[in-house]
Amino acid sequence: MALPPLDDAAIVIRGEAADWRAAVRLAGAALARTGAATPAYADQMVRMIDEHGPYAVISPGLALAHARPGPDVLTDGLSVVTLAEPVAFGHPQNDPVRVVLGLAVATPAQHLSYIADLANAFNDSDTTERLAAADDADAVRAILAG
Amino acid sequence: MKIVAICGAGIGTSGILKVNAERVLHRLGIEAAVVATDLDSLQAEADDAQVILTSPEFVSAIGTTFADVVVIDNYFDTTELTEKLEAALG
Repeated sequence: MALPPLDDAAIVIRGEAADWRAAVRLAGAALARTGAATPAYADQMVRMIDEHGPYAVISPGLALAHARPGPDVLTDGLSVVTLAEPVAFGHPQNDPVRVVLGLAVATPAQHLSYIADLANAFNDSDTTERLAAADDADAVRAILAG
Repeated sequence: MKIVAICGAGIGTSGILKVNAERVLHRLGIEAAVVATDLDSLQAEADDAQVILTSPEFVSAIGTTFADVVVIDNYFDTTELTEKLEAALG
């Protein structure tokens, strides 16, 4: 299974977010627009970070926002938000965040195959930087396709 | 050998850790099963695990364990993963 398709609705270029919550909500709203999750899924993604801290910031400048599979996940989905201004999540090493990925997983057993594709895309250490600089959705798709 | 990657949800971030840890272990020629799970299932999974991979936020929540707790800062940095896994398993 490849990465979930990235429709234009799943991509936000230079989104305006005053803080990390707003940034995560942009990623959640994009997942809702594509039909991958209900609007309430964004609240769950925020709650995960409220409960556990900024662990979603998995590499410099990049947050992988997600919550558990559940009724708010309608199908597997990925969203990509680049931020007009970087925001701090409170991570000791990887702040500030310039790109937020939103991940909705309907079938945990199967998600590892596209997680592997995601890992491939970010194997180049400048992928986050290039995403942050992308001017449009096509550029984002091209970067993630490798 | 068993390695457990944990995060808050058991998907997503722990999945990234699992995928990249498997790549590194393969390169090192080390045979190990890497399981991605969440904090709630950790006790069941970590019983027979040699290493727990996670991010700084979860260290205090892991509690008592016989496994080596390896903290990863950059999940995509296979050099960091390689060095820390080698240190833990060496």
